Amino acid sequence: MTKQFRLPEGGRIDRERRLGFSFNGRAFRGYAGDTLASALLANGVHLVGRSFKYHRPRGIFSAGSEEPNALVQLERGERTIANLLATRIPLYDGLTATSVNCWPSPEFDLMAVNGLFHRIFPAGFYYKTFMWPVSGWKLYEYFIRRAAGLGRAPEHPDPDTYDKMNTHADVVVVGAGPAGLQAALAAGRAGARVLICDEQTEFGGQLLNERAEIDGLPAFEWVAAAESELAAMPDVRLLKHTTAFGHYDHNFVALIETRAAKISDGEGKTRQRLWRVRAKRVVLATGAIERPLIFSDNDRPGVMLAGAARTYVNRYAVRPGSRAVLFTNNDDAYRTALDLKAAGISVPAVIDVRHAPGGELPAKVMAAGIEVIERSAIVGVEGTRRVKAIEVMKMNDAGSGVTGKPRRIECDLIACSGGWNPVVHLHSHAGGKNVWRDDFGIFVPGPTVQASAAAGAANGSFSLQACLDQGAQAGAEAIKLIGFTPAKASQPRATNDPTEEPWRNLWLIPSTRPTGERGKHFLDQQNDVTAADIELAIREGYRSVEHAKRYTTLGMATDQGKTGNIPGHAILAKALGQDIPATGTTTFRPPYTPVTMGAVAGRMVDQFFDPARRTPMHAWHESAGCKWEDVGQWKRPWYYPKPGESMDDAVSRECLTVRNAVGILDATTLGKIDIQGPDAAEFLNRVYTNAWSKLSPGRCRYGLMLRDDGMIFDDGVTSCLAENHYLMTTTSGGAARVLAWLEEWLQTEWPELKVYLTSVTEQYATLSLAGPNARALLGELTADIDLSPDTFPFMSWRTGTVGGVPARVFRISFTGESAYEINVPASAGAALWTDVMHAGEKHGITPYGTEAMHVLRAEKGFIIAGQETDGSVTPYDLGMDWIVSAKKPDFIGKRSLQRADCMRVDRKQLVGLLPKNPTDLLPEGGQIVKEVLKSPPMPMLGHVTSSYRSATLGRTFALALVKSGRERIGQTVHVPLEDRSIACDIVNPVFYDPDGSRLNG
Amino acid sequence: MFLIDCPYCGPREETEFSYGHEAHVHRPAGAAAEKLSDAEWADYLFMRKNPKGVHLERWVHTHGCRRWFNAARNTHSNEILAIYRVGEKPPKGLAQ
Repeated sequence: MTKQFRLPEGGRIDRERRLGFSFNGRAFRGYAGDTLASALLANGVHLVGRSFKYHRPRGIFSAGSEEPNALVQLERGERTIANLLATRIPLYDGLTATSVNCWPSPEFDLMAVNGLFHRIFPAGFYYKTFMWPVSGWKLYEYFIRRAAGLGRAPEHPDPDTYDKMNTHADVVVVGAGPAGLQAALAAGRAGARVLICDEQTEFGGQLLNERAEIDGLPAFEWVAAAESELAAMPDVRLLKHTTAFGHYDHNFVALIETRAAKISDGEGKTRQRLWRVRAKRVVLATGAIERPLIFSDNDRPGVMLAGAARTYVNRYAVRPGSRAVLFTNNDDAYRTALDLKAAGISVPAVIDVRHAPGGELPAKVMAAGIEVIERSAIVGVEGTRRVKAIEVMKMNDAGSGVTGKPRRIECDLIACSGGWNPVVHLHSHAGGKNVWRDDFGIFVPGPTVQASAAAGAANGSFSLQACLDQGAQAGAEAIKLIGFTPAKASQPRATNDPTEEPWRNLWLIPSTRPTGERGKHFLDQQNDVTAADIELAIREGYRSVEHAKRYTTLGMATDQGKTGNIPGHAILAKALGQDIPATGTTTFRPPYTPVTMGAVAGRMVDQFFDPARRTPMHAWHESAGCKWEDVGQWKRPWYYPKPGESMDDAVSRECLTVRNAVGILDATTLGKIDIQGPDAAEFLNRVYTNAWSKLSPGRCRYGLMLRDDGMIFDDGVTSCLAENHYLMTTTSGGAARVLAWLEEWLQTEWPELKVYLTSVTEQYATLSLAGPNARALLGELTADIDLSPDTFPFMSWRTGTVGGVPARVFRISFTGESAYEINVPASAGAALWTDVMHAGEKHGITPYGTEAMHVLRAEKGFIIAGQETDGSVTPYDLGMDWIVSAKKPDFIGKRSLQRADCMRVDRKQLVGLLPKNPTDLLPEGGQIVKEVLKSPPMPMLGHVTSSYRSATLGRTFALALVKSGRERIGQTVHVPLEDRSIACDIVNPVFYDPDGSRLNG
Repeated sequence: MFLIDCPYCGPREETEFSYGHEAHVHRPAGAAAEKLSDAEWADYLFMRKNPKGVHLERWVHTHGCRRWFNAARNTHSNEILAIYRVGEKPPKGLAQ
């Protein structure tokens, strides 16, 4: 920091607190109260990066959220954030930042060679160039993305925490400038619950940047008084450094609050908070963003918005240049001329596109001895890494061309102003229309369906007095509409508030040559979109503003075109021969400024992202060293490897133990729905394909549920517990879905049925014993259940005591072996599991996991809904005609099964596949063809749904859906893979115990 | 982000609810369904209104009382014009 660039006094910086920081590896010093941008300017650094496409040198252009150029990568390592605006980063001690789009440095950038070839980078360049061949895109994209740069995402998890806050407010005021503060005061004084937020670290809005006066005192003093009055109100919340980034339906506003003063401050405090606010009324006092004048080479470092130039002088006591010219279409830029001059900066001239500017401010400027060059244009800028001089020429009356001899003026700062655009973003987010005001050439908020209103500059009222008055009025209106009575209070007066003459909107500043030749007229500095690109898009046939945006990428960068969009749309309108309102604007969408993913995630990270459900036996499985499988939210044991065992080894052992001795499976996760009511049986009749009326207490039945389009939805066993009382089981992953589905039918289609559904999945632990020794083992654990096959046959259930615990035992099987599912109260599950394991030792018991379960069921040809089915499979496709009742008058899906398409004989049908080579394992999802052609496409017959190695069969096998599959049994088909093809035989899908003697035995 | 006035629980955030598509769709059952042509049945199964303007639709308070109800919503402004229970007719003036 040198005295050359920092004013000796003034500004809102704390000169007692000196801060060190580094930018692109160089050490600098600044003050508390600086932004990174103001601190860089205070060190004479204007050149901060390179542009996206041409890698042109770019400088700090603004002082706020509209900044297109000064993107930086803040900090390094796990806390780094990409693409932050230097104009929005409060300086802190030790800050480290680098430019994002240059290598190795903005001063010497290797990619700048792109600028020399600008003729090959026109609008739509990517679309035109990288079209063919399609497969090349992967390669092109790699280089394009590398060249395009922008920031880098951190490679490690974010160590900081983020919060979400939910709150309600009578009135949310967005923006704490003069209008916003007045609105908040009006609402707060009436006793309303108010939330006022501002994206800046201090309240005051534009007043922070001005030498304005209110009631005869510096405006800061009024701001401080307003803030302390608000802070003293019990129901008013003041949020600084908080951006309202989205306005959504039903007056929902989303805010992002930055809490940590520096990025490494996260410990003990959340770095950011995402506020979710429901407001009765919203006041949008979001201010306005200055728009640039679009002149030749308007992107050179040293070109800056006029308001920004005075912000740096007034607020940060920084000299953004030593010799400044103003280039304007309005009176406001004359304020900058006066403020710069007052700060000791040489101001040789104000160049005004208007004819004979005669307002109060121009008069003051002329009185201060600054030359005003009327009806003139900057036609050229000298200097690439910093402005050195400009060339000025007289314009014709229409402003469409220049005449006379160019005049050269030396300067190192061009402060330009093309007027101000109201920040209508939030109004638009929530569906509000924008209305064109021809007097200024701006869009202002129009009708909206939200309970919101705009005030002040956001509403197109730019004078300080108008902001103060409209803010108070908007606040009073807001609370009146929700039943409060405004309190009487004296209203502030802006003193020294000169009236201003009309602007002259000249969207494209003429130069000596046609647009696009030699100099470039930049609209979108971040995406390198020029006026010539827009004109080219029109010549190539683009008409819609939305299409032209996507083709040229105007307004598509991280700044979303906050400065250049309106001039761009105006140039588009002119090229189309339309007016601007007919051309329209592109749609504003949230977020207003980028929001970190950390804040969006909040605390919902790691184990809180998706809750894990654990069964009562979870700890046992873990101590047994199982591998886990996620099934929905459940953690299920996948397999239990013994030391030295591979997965295949473990699964084979588990399968063989079930087939030859006994295995135990934790089946707690199966969905369980308790169904009660006099119409329960009728309800089951309607939701399952088969008949349920005759199922008596003590019996179980397998059922298949269809959607009304006839496709399989879920399956499971339902047991009759008593008259009008059933227990339904569903797939583990489908439990919630099935319950919601049943409720929907019950409540909306059949409200006359007296049936009540209750989820009891978590009330019971389920231990499934399967294998030839299961009965003997269970017999040792129960004295009061007769297990003889005659009294306790397959597909029935009994109640009694197992291991001293009251239990329901269901004799159902998913493995094809004799099997018992023991349901006990969840709290007894862990103890009973241990008891069963002890008692099972001499029976050769092993725990088995989901993988063995899948192999065992597939050997039997049992389907898994969601594996053999995919929403396009009917019961007939699976060969399950036996389960579809022809007698029932109706069930969900019945009529659809008679649709011509469901009756086709060439539908995909479930079959078994045996690879010719018994060690070849088919990949699940593999496509099946009749013959392998030299290259795709090949007519596909179907796909592999399940594929395993079977220790029982001593070979691999698979289930598959194949067109006309049942007719093809005995045929050979092929599954072509990347490097080879597997030939297989189509077989019946039941591979083991086809007559069910083991099951029933 | 809608604020939905559940008829059983009161106003709650949209995230607590699930959308249930068009309301008052008549489902032909049993013999009535058998009589329909495939095209007529497909019309019931698949075809739904998609108006710009008032839409009568179903919602369920998934993370609340789990009850279904009907809403009349303007699909353009997302204003919810009425909420009424299953089995009730839409308010006068909103019926389609």
